Parts: sequence; structure tokens; C-alpha cells
Amino acid sequence: MRAEPKRDTAIPNTITIDGQEIPFSIGQTIMDAALAAGVYIPHLCHRPGLTPHGSCKLCTVSIEGRNVASHTADRRIQASSSVEIDSRSVSACTMPAMAGQQIRNNTPALNEVRKTITQMLFIEGNHLCPSCEKTGDCTLQAVAYHLGMLDGHFPQLSPRREVDASHGSVVLDRDRCILCELCVRASREVDGKNVFAISGRGIDAHLIVNSASGKLADSDLETGDMAAHICPVGAILIKEHGYEVPIGRRTFDLHRVSEIGLEPVILAKVRHTDE
Amino acid sequence: MKHKPAVNSSHAYSIDHECSIDQIRSVIAQNRSDHLLHILHALQQQLLHIPHRAVAEVASHLNLPVGQVESVVEFYSFFHNIPRGRYNILLSNCTSCGYMAGGKNLLQLLCQLLGVVAGRTRADGLVSVDQTSCVGMCDHGAAMLVNDRPIIRLDSGRIERIAALVNAAVPLEGWPEEWFDVDDNIRSSGLLLKDDLVAGDGLHAMIARGADATLDEITRSGLRGRGGAGFSTGMKWQFCREAPGDAHYVVCNADEGEPGTFKDRILLHSYADEVFEGMTVCARVIGSGQGLLYLRGEYRYLLPQLQAVLARRRELGLLGRNILGQPGFNFEIEIVVGAGAYICGEESALIESLEGKRGVPRNRPPFPVTHGYLGRPTVVNNVETFSAAAHIALRGSAWFSATGTGKSAGSKILSVSGDCAAPGIYEYPFGVTIQQVLEDCAAKDVQAVQVGGPSGTLIGKAEFGRKLGFEDLPTGGSFMVFGQERDLLAVAVNFAHFFAHESCGFCTPCRVGTTLLKNGVDKIAGGHGTHYDVDELKRLGALIKRRSHCGLGQTAANHLLDVIQRFPQVIEQRLAHSEFEPYFNLDAALEEARRITHRNDAAAHLE
Ligand SMILES: Cc1cc2nc3c(=O)[nH]c(=O)nc-3n(C[C@H](O)[C@H](O)[C@H](O)COP(=O)(O)O)c2cc1C
Ligand code: SF4
Ligand code: SF4
Ligand code: FES
Repeated sequence: MRAEPKRDTAIPNTITIDGQEIPFSIGQTIMDAALAAGVYIPHLCHRPGLTPHGSCKLCTVSIEGRNVASHTADRRIQASSSVEIDSRSVSACTMPAMAGQQIRNNTPALNEVRKTITQMLFIEGNHLCPSCEKTGDCTLQAVAYHLGMLDGHFPQLSPRREVDASHGSVVLDRDRCILCELCVRASREVDGKNVFAISGRGIDAHLIVNSASGKLADSDLETGDMAAHICPVGAILIKEHGYEVPIGRRTFDLHRVSEIGLEPVILAKVRHTDE
Repeated sequence: MKHKPAVNSSHAYSIDHECSIDQIRSVIAQNRSDHLLHILHALQQQLLHIPHRAVAEVASHLNLPVGQVESVVEFYSFFHNIPRGRYNILLSNCTSCGYMAGGKNLLQLLCQLLGVVAGRTRADGLVSVDQTSCVGMCDHGAAMLVNDRPIIRLDSGRIERIAALVNAAVPLEGWPEEWFDVDDNIRSSGLLLKDDLVAGDGLHAMIARGADATLDEITRSGLRGRGGAGFSTGMKWQFCREAPGDAHYVVCNADEGEPGTFKDRILLHSYADEVFEGMTVCARVIGSGQGLLYLRGEYRYLLPQLQAVLARRRELGLLGRNILGQPGFNFEIEIVVGAGAYICGEESALIESLEGKRGVPRNRPPFPVTHGYLGRPTVVNNVETFSAAAHIALRGSAWFSATGTGKSAGSKILSVSGDCAAPGIYEYPFGVTIQQVLEDCAAKDVQAVQVGGPSGTLIGKAEFGRKLGFEDLPTGGSFMVFGQERDLLAVAVNFAHFFAHESCGFCTPCRVGTTLLKNGVDKIAGGHGTHYDVDELKRLGALIKRRSHCGLGQTAANHLLDVIQRFPQVIEQRLAHSEFEPYFNLDAALEEARRITHRNDAAAHLE
């Protein structure tokens, strides 16, 4: 819904992803441009329509060349590492597209990095897929399959996290939360509420409910809210509607996570027809 | 609530500390500042914790979401939702000013003498003892904070006396005064430390020269940020000045959290006028009416003195309205005190903290120079950078650039600590060799130097000819010396724990990765590591370095990768020589069974 940018015909507004030239308009991120052109960049904390977040780092891509978009301020690394890099890593979901960017995305090396990051997300929480209601509809699981992840690789951190079943129709199981803040943003930006927040720090960071008691029951969350449905994993689930879609017919049984524009399908799957 | 191990769940005790709502309200009402961090500090100080019901009170007082207040309480190390002792003792765990600095475990000793478990408040509520990241007292041996006040030069004798004073409930006013005396320890001075600037001289010179010409001088001087990144100060000011906005801000970064760094402490203690003057020069250049100094919570003891300097500057007409009689030159400086979070030294996390939020680094672009504090154009500079700017405003760019090297003009103030006879503050022209610094601080039998702190570079003897400067070895000021006796693996363990503790938790690579690095190096130090684990650390380190969101993650593995690369024998000699060892220790897991069966013979062990 942005104003049509003025086009300077001398500099075509295109970026190149894995050799494919892709147009963009001013204000778009690399992710926006890629998705619009039907190019999949793996992502978990990103959802078109919500403010980009940049936290999961699954969308990490490499921009080649050293003189692209010079960094102002910040960073104390500079010369502290002697490993010379011929490219810069950026998060596609937050980095503005800029004319001429040469981007690497779907490469074995980058997908290996993404697999490791996905493994990190699995082992830091408690993900027991076979017993999770979200299995088959879970984007984390689907991304793991997409990247060829066969195990958690790292030792499980097995944290102790709280379940909040206080709400009449929504349950919050923090064991599976990957801290993507999609629910936080959906509540603020789409539902016009402010039900969720992230609290704590480091490996102890966790989702909290923004109510005096800290319980979902005391929040103004309703089943019609996007925040109740947007969770990419099985951390926020609608009560009494479990297993309505049988395994084998679930979102990622029928679709690939790399299909573009799947968001409505994912949302519809978890939104019960009664609602 | 806090998802930390339930270290403090002695319920019987917390009932004693139930605070009435009136108590909470009166603390909030009496607090003169409306900054969330300050109100929470007042509650923490007076009620020894931030009771759950206070969270909602504070939220409604400041008109903030409850979730924001709670998340801030849980983010900063100095806030607690379970009561701390009336004597709240925090021992630094830095390799230079930490509780192991003298070779003896002072934390253990103090806990023993007081009958407390580290991290838990004693049942009578009198005392709590815990550890904290570097408190910036590295030139004074082991150090602690007791109720926000530093005590230095700790040894077993002093620890015993402290325990006795605590047990006798002697108020801090009755403790030996000299314990709290933190001196400057300036060993060599150059451009910035040699001569005091008479308050106002820099401003007079700027007014005479004009703001535009002053900016030119700053740019031409070649001054680069002293906080570590080394961005041109003149360019930063220029970008900010050109950025549109209904207000511009000047922020001084006095978070100084990098272990082994304490030079800003000296500048704030004895050269505060220069720092404030530099901020005021910047204000004039970029057109700002409001400055903020973000002081790390560990340096809270400097606050009264800093406030006094600000008051004096107001009286002298160097701050406030129509500064030095210049109509429209209005500038005020407010001090905001942090609460224990290294990440708040990162400029965008610092700005979040200034805004009363968790210290989570923002996405860039946009950068603070265009979208900083309250979304307005903001200059964030280090304490030393502002001090240098004040001097340049008075003495001109040529005076500054005559010192130093091509790309690193001027001087650098080093905080030298660790295994040397003369730790302290050394100001050098840029380009000085590591060897020279080691000679000056009388370090003998040096094994390695950590340049720039744990996020910097670890170098060995072969590289002592290298030079400090942006061309070769940059440093924010930390210079830690490790002698031959030093166990570099223990240092790596210390640093790995530091980063895991200080990661803000926003992005996956750093949040999970720093904990995995910590577990990996712990495993090696515990004698259970193999070559496989070393390879894993290398792979993981490379990933965290490249894929993390901010400078913390991007540098968190440096120290470990440096040890592996430059001191392989340190790792090698600790490896268990099997191809693979699980993290899970089978023999240790049998301990309970052995205890129950009263067996400890060879057959009851796997090893
Ligand atoms: C984790 C982290 C911690 C930092 N800590 C500090 C600090 O304590 N003091 C500081 O001046 N800069 C610190 N920085 C650098 C700041 O982000 C910023 O670059 C600096 O304040 C800019 O000021 P300068 O240009 O004067 O150096 C830190 C950066 C990172 C990534
Ligand atoms: S509950 Fe779900 S949507 Fe919310 S932060 Fe956790 S994983 Fe993301
Ligand atoms: S790199 Fe670490 S400190 Fe920086 S944003 Fe990521 S988690 Fe936070
Ligand atoms: S999708 Fe870009 S960081 Fe998560």
C-alpha cells in the first residue's frame, strides 16, 4: 500500500537473487521483493503484513561484494576478525532491497547454516512432534523437512517452561515457543490489542501475557484474534478443536513450505470453521 | 515469573517481605525521576525486590503496559522479583577484578563465612551474595558491590572482616571508609589526561569559531569513535545534523561493560567537565536541546558527583538556557542509570533502555543518526570520544591529528589489568606496540594479551610487535595481560559464561549459540572434550559470528576461536582421547545409585 515510487530509468530497480533478476520498489525489503517474484527465502519470524522482526535469522542471505550499503556507526568487529569475507550476511526480511544487490540465497552452504539454526530452535525448547497437536501444520517442522534436518544434532537443553491453560478457549504451551513474536505483533498490529510480550533475557527469554496476573484468562485475547492463530508452532492452540484435520491431510502434507502465498492456507487450517 | 532456576523459592521467607500497596505507592511517589529504570531501582533498593503487585502499580503510574514493566524487571540483572538481603553483595566474576583474581575463591569463602548459598538470600533476610559481570575495578584487584557501592582490593582478610561486619549488622557508614575509595590510577597521560580543560574553554572556542567550522575541525581532526567501532565522529555528527526531525539528541554511552575496561570510570570521576563539554559542543553542532548520559548501574556510586558537576555547569552558564549568553543555545543533560546489562552498551539497545524497555538491539537501517532516541536523530558517542571532541574544539584539529597514525589520529586511553605489576590507566598515541605497553606496565613472562576485552582479540608472544590502532589491533580500551601461570582455558570458560549470561536473547544464533559454546567449553575444561567437540565449537563459532543480529553475538566466539587457533596446546592437553564423548556423563549419573547402595569400589564406576 505504498505510494508508487518514482522510477529512475537510468538505474533499474532490480536485485539479483541466485542469478535471477528481480524487480523491487523503494521501501521493499529483499524478502518482499523475493516473495513477490515467487522466490522462496526460508523464514519463520516473518509474515507479510506484519512489521519485519529479524530475530530467527533463518532468512539469512549473503550479499556479495564489499561496498554494498555501507554500514554507518556501530560494530566493534571490524578488524577484530582476520577472516576476510567477500560477502556480507544480512537478514532478508529486514534489509531494504537496493539496486544492484547480488544476493545468494538457495545455496547448499546457506541451507546448511539454516539447518543449524533450525536445530538450535528445536533443542532450546521441548519439541515432541509426535505428541504435538500442531504436527503437520507446524511451520518449524516443515522448514526442518525442507532443509533436510534429520536430528537435533545438539544436546537438548530441556528447559522448564510454564503452560498457561487458564483461558477458556486458547492454551499457551511455552515448551514449543520459538520466540518469533508473531503473536506479539499480530496482537498489536492486527488485533489492536497488546496481549503478548517477550520477557527475560538470553536463553531465559520467554513469552509473557500482558495482564495483571500474567494469565491468558485475564487478557482480552479472543479466538477471533489473529494472535490466537498465527503461531507457527504448537505454542498457541485453540482448545477443543484438536485433530479435526487428520494427519495426512494437514497443511504440509498437502503443500510445501516453499510455496509462496501459503499464509491464508495455514491460517485457515487452524481457524475452525465455526469461528 | 522469572524462568531462572528456582534459587530463591524459600516461601516462608518471602511472606516476611510482603509489601503493602501503600509502601509501594509511597516509594513510587517519592521518586523524583519518572524513568522506569529509576523507579524500579528505588523499589529494589527500598523493598529489596520488585514485588509482583508493584509491577502493575508502576505500569499505571507511568501509563505503560504491565508486560513492558515486567519484561524490564526480568531483563536487567539488578532487578529481582524475590527479595535480596539487606546487604546485597555482588562479587565481580571478571578475570581481572573477579573473585578468583587473587587465586583464591573469595565467593566461596564469603558464602561459607556468612552461611549463604550464592544466589540465595539468607533465611533471616540479612544478606545475599551473588556474582556479577565485570564491575570495572580491574586495576584494584578483586572487587564487589555492596548495596551499589564498590569495595576494592578484596583478599581473604578483608572478606573475613566484611563477613563479621555483616553478621554484626553494622551499617555501611560504619565500615572502614578507605575500602570504598576508588582512585584513578593514572600511570601515563597524553593528549586528554595531561591538562585539565578549564570548564567552558571549549565552548568559548566553539562559539568564537562557529558551529560549522567546529564541525569541520572535528572531522578534520580524524577523531574516530572510542567505543570500539571507530566510526568518524565528524561524519556521525554531520549525518545527524542533516537528518530531519523535530528534536535531536546527544547521548553519551557510559555503559562501559566490556570486561577489563575502566577508562570511562576515570574520565567520569576526574574529567567529567570535559565529557559534558564535548556533549554540549555536539549539541550546538547538531542543534540539540537535550542530552542523556547512560551510566552503567555498576557506576551508580559516581552519580552524586556527576550531578554536582552538572549543577556547577548550570551555575556557570555552561548548561541550561542561553548558554554563555548565546540566545537560543539551550541544552540540558540528564543522567539515566542502567541496571546490569552489557548489551545496553550497544547503541541501539542503549536507546531502547533509555526509552524504558529491554535492551534489545534494533534493526538497522535505520541508524540512530536518523532514527534514534524516541525515533529522532541521535548522536551516540563514547565518553572518551566526547572528551576528545571538547579538547579539539579548544585546541583545533591539527593539535589532535599530530599525534597517532594515519588512520588512527590522536591518543587512546587504555585500561591495563591482569598479570602485571602496574595495572591502571595509560594514555598512548595510537600506534603504540603491545610490547611497549607490556614493558610500561611491568608485565613479566607474558603468555597472552586480550586486546579489546573478551569481544576483541587474544594474541600470543609472536604478535606482541603489533600496534594498537584501527589499522591493526583496535580496542575500546581493555588490555588484559595473562602471565605464563594463567590457565587460558579457564579464561575461555569465564568469557563463554559471560557472553551466554549477557546475550539479550533476541536472535537465535546468539541466544542458543552462546549457551552451546558455554556448554562445549565447559565440557572440554571438565576433561570430557574430544576433537569432535573442538570442531563443533569452530563450526558453531563461525556461524554465530556471521549470522548474529548485533555486535555481541558477532564477537562472542572470538575469544574461543582465538584460543583454538593460537593456543591449540591449551585445548589439546585437556582432551579426552576418544573419538566421541557424550555430554551426558554416565559415570556421574551413577552417583546416586552408588550413594544409595553405599558403594564406591572400582566395580561401581564406569571409568
Ligand atoms: C555488545 C556491545 C557493547 C558495547 N558496549 C559499549 C560501551 O560500553 N561503550 C561504548 O562507548 N560503546 C559500546 N559499544 C559500541 C556502541 O554500539 C557504539 O558503537 C558506540 O557507543 C559509538 O560511540 P563512538 O563512535 O564514540 O565509539 C558496544 C557495542 C556492542 C555491540
Ligand atoms: S507463542 Fe508462537 S507466535 Fe508467539 S512467540 Fe511463541 S512461537 Fe511465536
Ligand atoms: S546477537 Fe545476541 S545480543 Fe545481539 S541481538 Fe542477537 S541475541 Fe541479542
Ligand atoms: S524471517 Fe528474517 S529473521 Fe526471521
